[in-house]
Amino acid sequence: MQTLNTTLLIIGGGPGGYVTAIRAGQLGISTILVEGESLGGTCLNIGCIPSKALIHVAEQFHQTQHHSQHSALGISVSAPTLDITKSVEWKDGIVDRLTTGVSALLKKHKVQVIQGWANVIDGKTVEVGDTRIHCEHLVLATGSKSVNLPMLAIGGPIISSTEALAPKSVPKRLIVVGGGYIGLELGIAYRKLGAEVSVVEAQDRILPAYDAELTQPVHEALKQLGVKLYLKHSVQGFDSASNTLQVLDPNGDVLNLETDQVLVAVGRKPNTQGWNLEGLNLAMNGSAIKIDNRCQTSMRNVYAIGDLSGEPMLAHRAMAQGEMVAELISGKTREFNPTAIAAVCFTDPELVVVGKTPDEAKAAGLDCIVSSFPFAANGRAMTLESKTGFVRVVARRDNHLIVGWQAVGVGVSELSTAFGQSLEMGARLEDIAGTIHAHPTLGEAVQEAALRALGHALHL
Amino acid sequence: MGTHVIKMPDIGEGIAEVELSVWHVKVGDMVVEDQVLADVMTDKAMVDIPSPVHGKVISLGGVPGEVMAVGSILISIEVEGAGNFKESAQPAAVVAKEAPVAAPSKVEAVVESKPVASPRPAAVCQGPMVAREADERPLASPAVRKHALDLGIQLRLVRGTGPAGRVLHEDLDAYLAEGQSNASAPVAAYALRNDEAQIPVIGMRRKIAQRMQDATQRAAHFSYVEEIDVTAVEELRAHLNEKHGTTRGKLTLLPFLVRALVVALRDFPQINARYDDEAQVITRLGAVHVGVATQSDIGLMVPVVRHAEARSLWDSAQEISRLATAARNGKASRDELSGSTITLTSLGALGGIVSTPVLNLPEVAIVGVNKIVERPMVVKGQIVIRKMMNLSSSFDHRVVDGMDAAQFIQAIRGLLEQPATLFVE
Repeated sequence: MQTLNTTLLIIGGGPGGYVTAIRAGQLGISTILVEGESLGGTCLNIGCIPSKALIHVAEQFHQTQHHSQHSALGISVSAPTLDITKSVEWKDGIVDRLTTGVSALLKKHKVQVIQGWANVIDGKTVEVGDTRIHCEHLVLATGSKSVNLPMLAIGGPIISSTEALAPKSVPKRLIVVGGGYIGLELGIAYRKLGAEVSVVEAQDRILPAYDAELTQPVHEALKQLGVKLYLKHSVQGFDSASNTLQVLDPNGDVLNLETDQVLVAVGRKPNTQGWNLEGLNLAMNGSAIKIDNRCQTSMRNVYAIGDLSGEPMLAHRAMAQGEMVAELISGKTREFNPTAIAAVCFTDPELVVVGKTPDEAKAAGLDCIVSSFPFAANGRAMTLESKTGFVRVVARRDNHLIVGWQAVGVGVSELSTAFGQSLEMGARLEDIAGTIHAHPTLGEAVQEAALRALGHALHL
Repeated sequence: MGTHVIKMPDIGEGIAEVELSVWHVKVGDMVVEDQVLADVMTDKAMVDIPSPVHGKVISLGGVPGEVMAVGSILISIEVEGAGNFKESAQPAAVVAKEAPVAAPSKVEAVVESKPVASPRPAAVCQGPMVAREADERPLASPAVRKHALDLGIQLRLVRGTGPAGRVLHEDLDAYLAEGQSNASAPVAAYALRNDEAQIPVIGMRRKIAQRMQDATQRAAHFSYVEEIDVTAVEELRAHLNEKHGTTRGKLTLLPFLVRALVVALRDFPQINARYDDEAQVITRLGAVHVGVATQSDIGLMVPVVRHAEARSLWDSAQEISRLATAARNGKASRDELSGSTITLTSLGALGGIVSTPVLNLPEVAIVGVNKIVERPMVVKGQIVIRKMMNLSSSFDHRVVDGMDAAQFIQAIRGLLEQPATLFVE
């Protein structure tokens, strides 16, 4: 058996793990990263990036179809056709380029990447095949896995997001189980690619993690696209002989929904199984590993970052944690203490939440001004054929400190940058209102929301 | 325009490193020739670094407290003409300073370690201004948060002057400066306090700390306390002051003690000695140079009464008085602060009953004076009121035996209790 010694060992090459490794490399820490599949993890290979690629394909196809029918823009084209195999190839190309890029960055920073599945021996020893690695610091970054439903085992017509992101053909009918952001992003994309899509959600509305005002434009867009919603319906089982999904309606009656595919998108859970993590006997926080504000687990010099450490399961959180952990290991004083971590849904329209929502602010005992500005009054939105949605700001009434931003609308994901910056810098309403925002942009709605909170919106 | 670079000069004691104690200039200041730029500290004393040129300070080479190598760049000054940069920059001429240390107020005034922008005008707040609650998360930008972590500052303790109580970079600077000057606002008697003040141990304080630690680590201290009846010597002192006070100056007890040391040391040459423990040599000295421990605003100093064996009472008294004043005013020279063979330490009215003085190495003895009190004593079977004073002395037991030390102190006791014997040859 080969034995390796290193200062830092990272299990998992996703956004958390590879960023930890790059930063550690920059700081001159000898680092080994173990990855069982492709570098980039879920995010680059079967998550964020491929889903955005598929959403882009769907949007382009949908727009072209729109022009072939009744475009107000004066464009006329013949009805488009879709070669989904080519679409998937294009997506794979992007993924390849990104994962190759990660590999090059790791090499540049002298990180040793070991391909294989890690098996934890103890807090300072990990085995990968017949290689035994000793380390001073161990970073656990194994991410998360899709939650499965016992009555809907993945296989055949029943797929998870992984299969949904590499389709061989677009099904005629698709039922999405789960009305969260993954289910809706993919459901909308499939609808735009031509499938008849239904969404089954056990709660009484879609995107239950967000407030009703915010999700309303998405709800309307779903209706317009012709996505059928089965709210307050719960899944009973799947009959593969008749290809029907049995769901229980709010009255307790069983509905049989015929479909070609069922996409199970009911959430993700920390990936804690199958690599002898239990051998470390770390303190847990529900199904996630318990960490402190330095990402330290209950074992000295063992850190957990990213989805493995629980909510919010977001790649950018994992990256920031990883960067911090590398700096901690290099001897710097650091803590993970962001004001806000932006959450974005790439539905149509898009949805952004940064900082506290009005409900969260109220729950925190803050007396807040809540003010929104609709894109219906924004010139740029009109030129994008999009008038739905708004920007909303939540600010303390006493000192006008902004505690949260939300937006829903076409292309608002890019506003997350401005939102995040304003919160981290401790901006007040006056700061945003006093910043000249370029015209004509969607960002004007940000300034106007702040102005409106101060009682003098200009364009409303 | 050129740049004139001044390097840390060789102070001339074979020292490779010198501690930068105080900057008297900051970046952007105009300086003239011979203006003092900085004080640096050697083992013995402060030394002035004067400017050899006219010009404008463009960078400082270190922060107060930093130990800099001789020859490293101390300061860069922009001058008319070519300057000396890129040429072989000569170390600046050294002027041994009259004052061993700068006035403490100056020390505080020049604690800034980096150029600081002119003070920000008070924040103009358009909206209402509400300060942060004690338990609220401090409001600060990511850069300020990271800087605070690097500095080990808890942001919740820092007063934010930005909009909505935001902690700014300037607030961190102000917090640090506050910690250094140890200035804290008066607080109510029972107010809960969470403030901390960090005082850098630099300059004189660092030197004292090093010497005290060195002395206690190296020497085998043993202390010996004896009580002395000073009624007679005090009567003599009062008589002499009454008779000659106006013409020759008032006498304190110290010149009598110096006299007692001088006379006693004739019989105990092993106690008027320096022990070089590295060379393993004891040097006995004929001259009695008495160090007199003196408290100044910046710490303990020991000016030296030279050749006490050749001084009269009034001569000793004047010298002690002159040295004490010079030391307190920071005017004592390096020579006046070194070369003692034995040390006297007195806290006067604060003398207490007993003290355990720390040796002034490489000396082997230090004599401490406690306060004089009137006590009932038994003299020839009668209880009488006598003026009593304790002497608390420490010796380096490595080279001074207990018997010798005790006999030495008993000799001093005898001399002081029979003051005539101080002057009988």
